[in-house]
Amino acid sequence: MAAGNRTWKRPTVFGRRGVKWAVYAGIVGFFIWSGVGVGADPARIARGLGNSASLVGDFMPPSATPRQSQRILDKMFESVAMAMVSTLTGIVLSVPIAFMAAENLSPRPLYAVNRGFISISRAFNAIIVGIIAVKAIGFGPLAGILTITFKTVGFFSKLLAEDLEDIDMGSVDAVRASGASPIQTLLYGVVPQIIPRFAGLSVYRWDINIRTSTIIGIVGAGGIGSVLLTAFNRYDYQYVTAILLAIIAVVLVAEGVSAVVRRRYN
Amino acid sequence: MLRATDLHKTYPTGDEALSGVTMSVEGSETVAMIGPSGAGKSTFIRCVNRLTEPSSGEIYLDETELTSLNDDALRSARRDIGMIFQEYNLVERLTVMENVLTGRLGYVSAWQAFRRSFPAEDIERAYEILERVGLNDMENKRVDELSGGQRQRVGIARAVIQQPKILLVDEPTSSLDPETSNTVMRLLTDIAAEREVPVLINIHEVDLATEHADRIVGLHNGELVFEGTPDELDEQGLDQVYRGAEVPENIGSQRVSDGDTDTAVDPDRPLAGET
Amino acid sequence: MATDNREWERFDRRRRIGRFALVLVAAVAIIGSWRYMNTGIVRAETIPREVGDLLTRMYPPDVAYTTRIVQPLVETIQIAALGTLGALALAIPVALLAAENTTPNAVTFWLGKLIVTVSRSVNTIIWALFFVVLFGSGPLAGATAIVFRSVGFLGKLLGEEIEEINFGQVEAVRASGASSAQVLLYGILPQVKPALVGLSIYRWDINIRDSTVLGFVGAGGIGVQLFRAVNAFAWQSVATVLIVILGVVVATESLSAYTRALVR
Repeated sequence: MAAGNRTWKRPTVFGRRGVKWAVYAGIVGFFIWSGVGVGADPARIARGLGNSASLVGDFMPPSATPRQSQRILDKMFESVAMAMVSTLTGIVLSVPIAFMAAENLSPRPLYAVNRGFISISRAFNAIIVGIIAVKAIGFGPLAGILTITFKTVGFFSKLLAEDLEDIDMGSVDAVRASGASPIQTLLYGVVPQIIPRFAGLSVYRWDINIRTSTIIGIVGAGGIGSVLLTAFNRYDYQYVTAILLAIIAVVLVAEGVSAVVRRRYN
Repeated sequence: MLRATDLHKTYPTGDEALSGVTMSVEGSETVAMIGPSGAGKSTFIRCVNRLTEPSSGEIYLDETELTSLNDDALRSARRDIGMIFQEYNLVERLTVMENVLTGRLGYVSAWQAFRRSFPAEDIERAYEILERVGLNDMENKRVDELSGGQRQRVGIARAVIQQPKILLVDEPTSSLDPETSNTVMRLLTDIAAEREVPVLINIHEVDLATEHADRIVGLHNGELVFEGTPDELDEQGLDQVYRGAEVPENIGSQRVSDGDTDTAVDPDRPLAGET
Repeated sequence: MATDNREWERFDRRRRIGRFALVLVAAVAIIGSWRYMNTGIVRAETIPREVGDLLTRMYPPDVAYTTRIVQPLVETIQIAALGTLGALALAIPVALLAAENTTPNAVTFWLGKLIVTVSRSVNTIIWALFFVVLFGSGPLAGATAIVFRSVGFLGKLLGEEIEEINFGQVEAVRASGASSAQVLLYGILPQVKPALVGLSIYRWDINIRDSTVLGFVGAGGIGVQLFRAVNAFAWQSVATVLIVILGVVVATESLSAYTRALVR
């Protein structure tokens, strides 16, 4: 036993200690640079936080005149209606795109085109899609439906395509071997394998669509969002709080319904 | 020296795990606590360092009364109480060395703990103890790479490096095979003897208890029903301890209770917090 | 032969009725929704033409515009990074409050759940509206909005990880006389570390996408440039910005997936 001054240092995943410190210094440097970049100087933050108390006072308590309440209700219905319709249109359009974007079912060029479309749909935030939709077809819920449909297709067909790639080709071959036509093969060999996930995903996407539909009104694409932006621009902060509470309530209800239905169905 | 007086524990569920246990561990003896599962063995041990809060009663460790300590004083007192667990309870994603040094956390600041900068003598002692338990050159292995026997050796090292006034050992062998169990028990009692540390050990394997302990206490249904040397633990003593326990889950005591005709008195009763 | 008349149905009657009811409710809701909005079916048919028209005007992208969007793009990345870092710092205490096994009492538990719920229910862009009022327009408001939206996400998922930890390991550290901070460092943190890193990177990935729209409410980032171009009907510039955003998002997503695979 070597008596004396043995030391111990925690082994590092970077191999060498110098590398470890370099990596840490790089990360810290990046964040400091970012802090300077966004103008996060302490004095400004302190001033902002100092104002926050009085600002919170402006937002409390929530209030809305009867006319405003009616408006919240109308526009909230519009949001939910947009979400409903575009969940359906989105899913209907997703099905063919998913098949064309499944590596095992689709020819190469078609696969690439559809994967590209999915990437584009997923890359852009609904707000960006919304503003372009509004410019293309004008203000109103139709632009909202177009937006949410577009976002739904990206989400839904990606996950559905992944499910399709994971299906058991053995049972598909078995159906085909019994002399089934391509359509019959699809109905009996492929569809039964993806139906359970399909139902769960639909309800999940409906939940997300409700969330999206409550905000894209900010860019004029229908629903409660436009009311919120107007209230903000008029400094009517108590009305803003009332609208926000309505949005939170609807989002929570949608999340609850979605969770219950998915649990029941699975 | 550890002395518990009239210790009671009733769980919020209403289960009474300990109904007035008085016992002590003196000098540097090894005391084995036996009894059927649900008898309150684990609860008793956990009450000593207050991982479970006792309902009433007193516990003295030397001159310190443990049950009335505030949070800070309890933390200091815990530094003097080493504990070894049934499921090892090592932090799986840390290295062997870090787990051993956990035993010294009570003596360093949170910042030092975060930096892993422990005093040099702690590091030296950790190496010595690791060698003693037969884990040379394993200090930088992550615990989740070790076997069960090796893990329990780390558990022993972690408790011993505390330089405790007493070792509390809760079913140290129930996750190990018989052969490893014996080795680990031997190692544990040897180390305790070298360092003259008293040991209170919870164990349901009567064979291991009689082989390794200086004294045996038996719990049944939350009460102390036997106290004596291993030699004094005869059929009658075992009947007292395991009376009513239909089929204790281990072989050692099953053999004993085979001759037990009085089966209806008290069925096995698992308790919240019991292992 | 009796067997001629045997029938076979895929599902029993009750399940079939249940499914039928669900589909019926959904159908009625969707038809009702469509009629409620009275957007007129005729206009829907013009969508492909209008969209096609817009896409034509975007071609070819205005390459020269790239120089103007480098700085806003960097700002977007900075907003996302700082927002994620700030959210992580706040999410750890929130997660400890919102996890059943680490929260001190019932009041703190519900406080944790409340913070998580409010944070998650309010979209980034709405948070940004708030902070533009508080800090004035600019990327600081954007970064703060990202923080407030991400805290709920990270707090919820991290809290669920904490609820899954092995509490015996925590008890063992506590039994050696460790303080609460030390119990956190040695007992809890090592167990949730992979999740902590993985979730942070995942959220950073999402935050890059969210940061691209902050500019619409004046909270900084590449969105400022995008909406300026949209309002000027400079569709070729818009195309350039969109392509750049697409590139950054795709790159971030691959980086995020790669790094998360490393941490396993």
